[in-house]
Amino acid sequence: MKGRNMKRLLALIALGAALAGALSPVVAAASNDAATPIVVAQAAPDAKAPAATPPAAGTPAPAAAAPAAAATETAAPAPNKGDNAWMIVATVLVIMMSIPGLALFYGGLVRSKNMLSVLMQVFAIFSLIVVLWTIYGYSIAFTENGPFFGGMSRLFLSGIFTVKDGVGSFATAATFSKGVVIPEYLYVVFQATFAAITVALIVGAFAERMKFSAVLVFAVLWFTFAYLPIAHMVWFWPGPDGIKDAATLASETAKGGWLWQMGALDFAGGTVVHINAGVAGLVGAYVAGKRVGYGKDSMAPHNLTFTMIGASLLWVGWFGFNAGSALEAGDTAALAFINTLVATAAAVLSWMLAEWVIKGKPSMLGAASGAVAGLVAITPACGFVGVNGALILGLLAGLVCLWGVNGLKKMLGADDALDVFGVHAVGGIMGALLTGVFAAPKLGGQGIYDYVANKISADYSIFDQLIIQAKGVGTTIVWSGVVAFIAYKIVDLMIGLRVTEEEEREGLDISSHGESAYRI
Amino acid sequence: MKLVTAIIKPFKLDEVREALSSIGVQGVTVTEVKGFGRQKGHTELYRGAEYVVDFLPKVKIEAAIKTDLLDRVIEAIEKSAKTGKIGDGKIFVSDLEQVVRIRTGETGADAL
Repeated sequence: MKGRNMKRLLALIALGAALAGALSPVVAAASNDAATPIVVAQAAPDAKAPAATPPAAGTPAPAAAAPAAAATETAAPAPNKGDNAWMIVATVLVIMMSIPGLALFYGGLVRSKNMLSVLMQVFAIFSLIVVLWTIYGYSIAFTENGPFFGGMSRLFLSGIFTVKDGVGSFATAATFSKGVVIPEYLYVVFQATFAAITVALIVGAFAERMKFSAVLVFAVLWFTFAYLPIAHMVWFWPGPDGIKDAATLASETAKGGWLWQMGALDFAGGTVVHINAGVAGLVGAYVAGKRVGYGKDSMAPHNLTFTMIGASLLWVGWFGFNAGSALEAGDTAALAFINTLVATAAAVLSWMLAEWVIKGKPSMLGAASGAVAGLVAITPACGFVGVNGALILGLLAGLVCLWGVNGLKKMLGADDALDVFGVHAVGGIMGALLTGVFAAPKLGGQGIYDYVANKISADYSIFDQLIIQAKGVGTTIVWSGVVAFIAYKIVDLMIGLRVTEEEEREGLDISSHGESAYRI
Repeated sequence: MKLVTAIIKPFKLDEVREALSSIGVQGVTVTEVKGFGRQKGHTELYRGAEYVVDFLPKVKIEAAIKTDLLDRVIEAIEKSAKTGKIGDGKIFVSDLEQVVRIRTGETGADAL
């Protein structure tokens, strides 16, 4: 049994490696053909950049315009209060996704004897990751160093607030628009909530059987060696402000993370959050083994009302997650917002209808799962694709993830208790790949923004972008899978992964936490 | 004295209680129970996982009565609990040796 699972696990990792590695020559060939310099792939900026706008039209003499332009170049851009207010709201929304959204979504799906253990794991991981993020996480993910890991310059968030000659100043973080910045503290907390929910997502896969201490130690290891580098690889770049010509584009891009440099598109975390967590979850389900009585005892969800409330809180919170990832309150945020609404609604309907046809009844759990599938799939795409692209992505997400929790789950043979892989990894892979397709301007997408010409790049090859996306997906699968496997093994050797069979039968609420969720 | 135990469909409880009151039964004890019989269970589907639910919820009514009331009690329960569909339940009758009213210490039929 164990051997077979191990083979499946290796097969999965090999598949990811194939996606990441085997396509390299094709990409190399493709990029050699392209005469154009690398274009930094990101959302079209909303920059009606107040601080850096060219001199007003109608300036009488060019001589007068020149010094004005020079002055605007040297002045550091200041955050806009509207952007700040939006990013604060967005951050709070993402916090709500974890606690209580994800906690309730998961909690309703387990048996009543394990309700508190799930709530507690999500709550504790959220808190743990926020603290680690402050101490070293942010620095390793989002400061300049190498292509895989950031540096130590922001350990304990040092240097964000500085005092010089009695005057305090707050550092700013770049957005995707030249001349538009937000307070760096705001960027720190926004990203902290992403890190926290990603690690919390994993617990669904090994729910109802893990030692609480093992969950926490695993969370520290995986966060440090999988989340932080993947976030750095996909998302870190110095911002658009230093890009002025082909040379500065190349030099600025070279400071970014490995997948960023490659041009992988991931607007809000299809790879960083969902594939990352989904793969770690599946590996956990394999390594920890199945729940006692799996396949024999009823493990039906104990309260689907909570699951529906949780899914709804996730959906609402996801507007902060996706539209907030624009980092400013502009057009791209609006695009991400409407895509997040439309794709999710489409996925609810497609899951519901497919289940109705195939299984005979449309279930509430199916509708809630469809919502999460749609949200996951649109996450990498939401700022890049058009609304019709989002509609198609959502419809496909409902169908593909329904297969993910049925046919695929049976093939994989792991007890992924709450279908973290079937929904998050499968939906994330689909969304990340199709982002490359529907981002194409001819399909209504935003294309790739050229920060040298300051307009949408004229070249967009769906095929080339698809291959880049596949490399991003493959890299995440392999990296997360390998780190997770090693981390679980270390924890197993240190303290053991699972509670005893007796404790598991009694339920983790009583045996691990000494309390019961319900007293009726 | 007899102890009448009836297993009925839960939504029939109020009708059965009214029928019993109307023929002079002073009290009953009601328990929510689960069981299986000829009425088949159902399957529940949660994503990929299918569970067969064999045990269906029923209500168990227990009434301690004087023997001369027995036929009317059985008739009352039978009529009020009947839907004509499978799963309506059963009535069990057994002899009751002794009854004690705790508050007064009365025994036998006086305690009913």
